[in-house]
Amino acid sequence: MTAVATEVATGTVTLAKALNLGLDAALAADPRVVLMGEDIGQLGGVFRVTDGLQERYGADRVVDTPLGESGIVGTAIGLAMRGYRPVCEIQFDGFVYPAFDQIVSQLAKLHFRSRGRVRMPVTIRIPYGGGIGAVEHHSESPEAYFVHTAGLKVVSCATPADAHVMVQQAVASDDPVVLLEPKRRYWDKGELTPVQESLWQARVVRPGTDCTLLAYGPMVRTCLDAATASELDLEVVDLRSLSPLDLDTVVQSVRRTGRCVVVHEASRTLGTGAELAARLTEELFYELEAPVLRVTGFDLPYPPARMEEHHLPDLDRVLHAVDRAMGF
Amino acid sequence: MTLSSLDPSLALPPDPSLVQLLTPDGRRVTHPDYADGLSADDVRGLYRDLVLSRRIDAEGTALTRQGELGLWAPLVGQEAAQVGAGRAMRPQDMAFPTYREHGLAWTRGVDPVSLLGLFRGGDHGGWDPAEHGFALYAIVLGAQTLHAVGYAMGAVRDGAVGREDGTAVLACFGDGASSQGDVNEALVWAGVQRSPVVFLCQNNQWGISTPTSAQTRTPLYHRAEGFGFPGVRVDGNDVLATYAVVRDALDRARRGDGPTLVEAWTYRVGPHTTSDDPGRYRPADEVESWRARDPLARVRLLLEREGTGPEFFAEVDAEADDLAARIRKACVEMPDPDPLEAFDHVFVEQTPELVRQRDEHAAYLAGFDA
Repeated sequence: MTAVATEVATGTVTLAKALNLGLDAALAADPRVVLMGEDIGQLGGVFRVTDGLQERYGADRVVDTPLGESGIVGTAIGLAMRGYRPVCEIQFDGFVYPAFDQIVSQLAKLHFRSRGRVRMPVTIRIPYGGGIGAVEHHSESPEAYFVHTAGLKVVSCATPADAHVMVQQAVASDDPVVLLEPKRRYWDKGELTPVQESLWQARVVRPGTDCTLLAYGPMVRTCLDAATASELDLEVVDLRSLSPLDLDTVVQSVRRTGRCVVVHEASRTLGTGAELAARLTEELFYELEAPVLRVTGFDLPYPPARMEEHHLPDLDRVLHAVDRAMGF
Repeated sequence: MTLSSLDPSLALPPDPSLVQLLTPDGRRVTHPDYADGLSADDVRGLYRDLVLSRRIDAEGTALTRQGELGLWAPLVGQEAAQVGAGRAMRPQDMAFPTYREHGLAWTRGVDPVSLLGLFRGGDHGGWDPAEHGFALYAIVLGAQTLHAVGYAMGAVRDGAVGREDGTAVLACFGDGASSQGDVNEALVWAGVQRSPVVFLCQNNQWGISTPTSAQTRTPLYHRAEGFGFPGVRVDGNDVLATYAVVRDALDRARRGDGPTLVEAWTYRVGPHTTSDDPGRYRPADEVESWRARDPLARVRLLLEREGTGPEFFAEVDAEADDLAARIRKACVEMPDPDPLEAFDHVFVEQTPELVRQRDEHAAYLAGFDA
C-alpha cells in the first residue's frame, strides 16, 4: 500500500461523519483523489457521507455523475489509467449490479491482464445491508460476489473509528478496494481513536474463551450485544477485511476457543461463512470441538421490510447457534 | 417486432452525406467540409500502412489455420478505417480499441507480435498501453468506451485539453456494440461533459451474424445528435476521408470543443473470427460488392495515376513479406507463460493467500522433479 499517513481526527461522531472526515482527509492528502457518484455533490449523498466536500474541493474533484453505475465505475477505470485515484459511491447495494461487468471483468482484471503495467487504485464505496425498513434493492449484502472475484479487495467497517481510517487506507491502496459500509450503523456514534491494524487485518474486539463469533460490518455490534447478554465467555472477532482474509487472527482465536459461529446478513449458500468454515476445517481439523456454524440471512431474495427481522441475524439467533456449538 | 425487421436485405442504404475523398476507382473527389491535405509521400505512407496491416492480419488467420493461434479476429476490409484514424492521432493521444484493431495498433507503434499473445493464449495483451497510447484490447463489447471517457476526464483535469496541442482520446466500437448500455452511457457522459473523445464506430455491417438493420432503425451517426454533439458518416474504405474526418474530430476534441461520433462505413470482408462461418448468414454477392470497394486498391490506383512507379509497390510488398516472416517466427518461438508468475500480477500489494497458493503449486510442480 502507498505509505499515506492517515489523518487522525478526534471526537465522538457518527459512522457517516467519520467516513466524511476520512474522505475529506483523503482529498486533502492527494490532489489525484476524485470522488464520483450520484447526488454526492451539492446534496452530499443520500446518506450525507460526502456532505460539504464539493463545496470544499470543487465540482471537478467531487463529481455529480449522470445516473449510471456502469458509467461511474467505467469512467473511474479510465481516470485511474490517467493516474487518478477515483472513489466511486454506489448509492445503494442493490444498484451495484448494473456496474457488475465494469467491476469484475474490467476493474478487477486490468492489473493482471497488463502483467502489472496498469494499476487500478479505485475505491468503490457501497452502503450495504438491511435493518432500515427500506424498499427492495436497498438492503442487500453483495459481498460474496466481490470476494469471489480475483483481483478485488473487499473490506467492511463496523465502527466510526475504523470507518474514518479504513476509507483513507482504501483510497491509498494501489489495488481496487470495495468498501462495504454498514448503512444501518451510519448513525451509530463512536470515538475516533487511532487504529493500529492495517486495512487487511482482523481484530479481536472482545476476548473470550468459550466460543468465537466471527462477524464484520453491521453484525459486529450484534455479536458484541450477544456476547454481553450471554453467560458464556464469548470472543468476538471483527474480520474487517473479507479479501484478503486475515486467516492468522481467525485461526488463533478459534484454536483457543475450539468453537466458532460465523454471522453475516448475506444469504448462506457460498457466503463468507462457507469459506471460513472450510478454512477453519483445513487448519484446525483436530482442534475443533464443534463444526463451524453459520447464522446468516436465508437463501431468500431480500424479503419485504416487515419481515426483515426474521431474515436478519439478531442477538437471539446468534445465541441459539452458540448453544448448538456448545452442545457438541 | 416482426421477423421481417431482422431481414438482412433491409440493410440501411448508404447515406448520401457519406464523406468521401477517394472513390473506389482511385479518383480524388472534393468535399465542402473536409480535405486531407496530404502530400504524395504521406499517401505512400498510408498505402504502406494499409498493405502491412493487411499482411499482419493475413498472418494472424494463417497462424490460426496452422494451429499456432487459438483464434484470430480478422480486420480484412477495415484497413482504411483503422489506418486513417490511427494516422490522424498524435503521440499524446490515447486509443481504446476493441479486439479487431490490428491496423490501428500498427499505427500506434505496437509490435504486431505482441498482438498474438492474446490469441495464442500466452498473455492477455503484451504491450504497454501508456507507452503506445493504445489500451489493451477489450473483448466485452463497449466496455472500453467508458474507459476512454474516464481517461478523457483525467486529461481535462490535467489541463491537457483546450489548446491546439492538447490531448484527445479515440474510443473504438462497432455496430454490434452500439446496442450496448456501456456505449450509450459513454455517449451520455461525453456529451454532458463535452469530453475530448472521438467515438469511432466502425460499422462493418455485421455483428457475427446480426446485421446492422437488427441493431438500429436510424443511421448510427445520427444518434450523436441525441447525445448533444455532432456525428458524421465517412467512407471507412477511403483512407484519405477517414484520416481527414477523424483528424478534424480529434483536433476539435483537443481544442476543448467536445466529442464527435464518426461512423466509418465499411465492411467485414472476412469472418467475425476464424471460428465463424459467414456463409451461413450472408450472401456471397454482398461480399463481392464490397470487395469492389477495396480500401487498398483505390489508393494504389491513385498513386499509379499520379506517377508512383512499380519499384515502390515492390518495396512495400517485400517489406510485408519480411514482416510476415518475422511474425511467424516470433509466434512459434513465443514462450509459454510461467505458471508461477501469474500469481504476482493479481495485485500491486501481494496477499498472503496468493503467496500460499503460489507456493502450494510450486511445491506440487517440484514434486515431478524429485
